[in-house]
Amino acid sequence: MVEKWNITVKFYRQKQGEKPHDQEIKMDVNPDENVIDLVERAWALHDRTLVFAHACHHSTCGACGMRVNEREKLACITPVRSVVANGGTLKVAPLRNFPVISDLVVDMGELYRRMDLVGHQPVDSDREEAIQPEFRPAGPAEPNEDFMRLSDCIECGLCMSACPVFSSTPDYLGPAVLAGAHQAGLEKNPLLFKLIDSATGVWRCHSAFECTAVCPSNVDPGWRIMELRRKVIGDRVKTLFNPRKPAEVGK
Amino acid sequence: MNTQSNFVVRAFRWFDPRGRSLSGWGFMIHRLTALGLTFYLFLHLIVLGQLAQGPDAYDNFLKSTESPLYKIGELSVVAAVFLHGLNGVRIVMTSFGIAVPRQREIFIGAMVIGLVAIVIFGIRMFIG
Ligand code: SF4
Ligand code: FES
Repeated sequence: MVEKWNITVKFYRQKQGEKPHDQEIKMDVNPDENVIDLVERAWALHDRTLVFAHACHHSTCGACGMRVNEREKLACITPVRSVVANGGTLKVAPLRNFPVISDLVVDMGELYRRMDLVGHQPVDSDREEAIQPEFRPAGPAEPNEDFMRLSDCIECGLCMSACPVFSSTPDYLGPAVLAGAHQAGLEKNPLLFKLIDSATGVWRCHSAFECTAVCPSNVDPGWRIMELRRKVIGDRVKTLFNPRKPAEVGK
Repeated sequence: MNTQSNFVVRAFRWFDPRGRSLSGWGFMIHRLTALGLTFYLFLHLIVLGQLAQGPDAYDNFLKSTESPLYKIGELSVVAAVFLHGLNGVRIVMTSFGIAVPRQREIFIGAMVIGLVAIVIFGIRMFIG
């Protein structure tokens, strides 16, 4: 028999130019549903003015990022029972650090522009160094054969929302963008090296590791930022003993 | 991006305790203790300035430091030094790419050591 719970869902509501407020809706739910199912049902049965975004329903498009009980989540893979108990209250709010367009939808245009700037690709060759040691494959099936895979980062913006440094410093490139730079590969692009070796790049991170904690896709931006730092420090030590022309920086 | 709010509001947004993970709290503790220790440094310099007013003024000041309120203040400084210092070791390590996947466990370890040290100091300061 399907389990039935009764919970209260508090939706963050805000239309442009208006002050935000919470809208409470009592809902009968199956605890094994995902939060996106409740949002859709609230829209379909209670209030058609509720604005939210989704597409794939399986953690691939990155559209349904929101804060569930204050924590950044993909609503399509967040089971109700993991965030609330029967009779409890569930709070659904938009991501932090991005301007709210309407209700649960924020403008992430700047994130996408920055991802383009660092050359983040939706498809990546499976270069060994681009993957955390514990997730690295045993090795390509054929020698010298790179296999192509979807990039881990789905540009959902959860890490940008959770990063406390980005909250105070909008110029900070941010975890997703730095992770994108790491994945794009500094070797290929000396300009990228300059971009990340700066006060708004890897040195702005203050090791809160919130990005890694919320990333739904194992990108582990915190690890990637530290890897980039290691490369920058390595490069500085190398150039100390072997100075070279500015054009070669990052090679 | 998040340029909608004004500069003053933004300057404090790093301290948003809603929905934080353990390492997020680590970041907040680190920054708060840093601010506290900086404030203490200024206070310390002001107190040292009393020396310029002669030995009597300084002795009088030293007497006032025996009040429990002062001791609580001193213990807070000790606590801040331990928490900031131990967490700092973890941050330096991870900044060099060392033990990044284990940073959470290192944080827990550092805080446990810090709390034990604070308790020992507290007992010695208040009980003798
Ligand atoms: S790094 Fe992770 S959390 Fe950040 S945008 Fe990419 S998938 Fe989302
Ligand atoms: S709907 Fe696509 S990631 Fe959630």
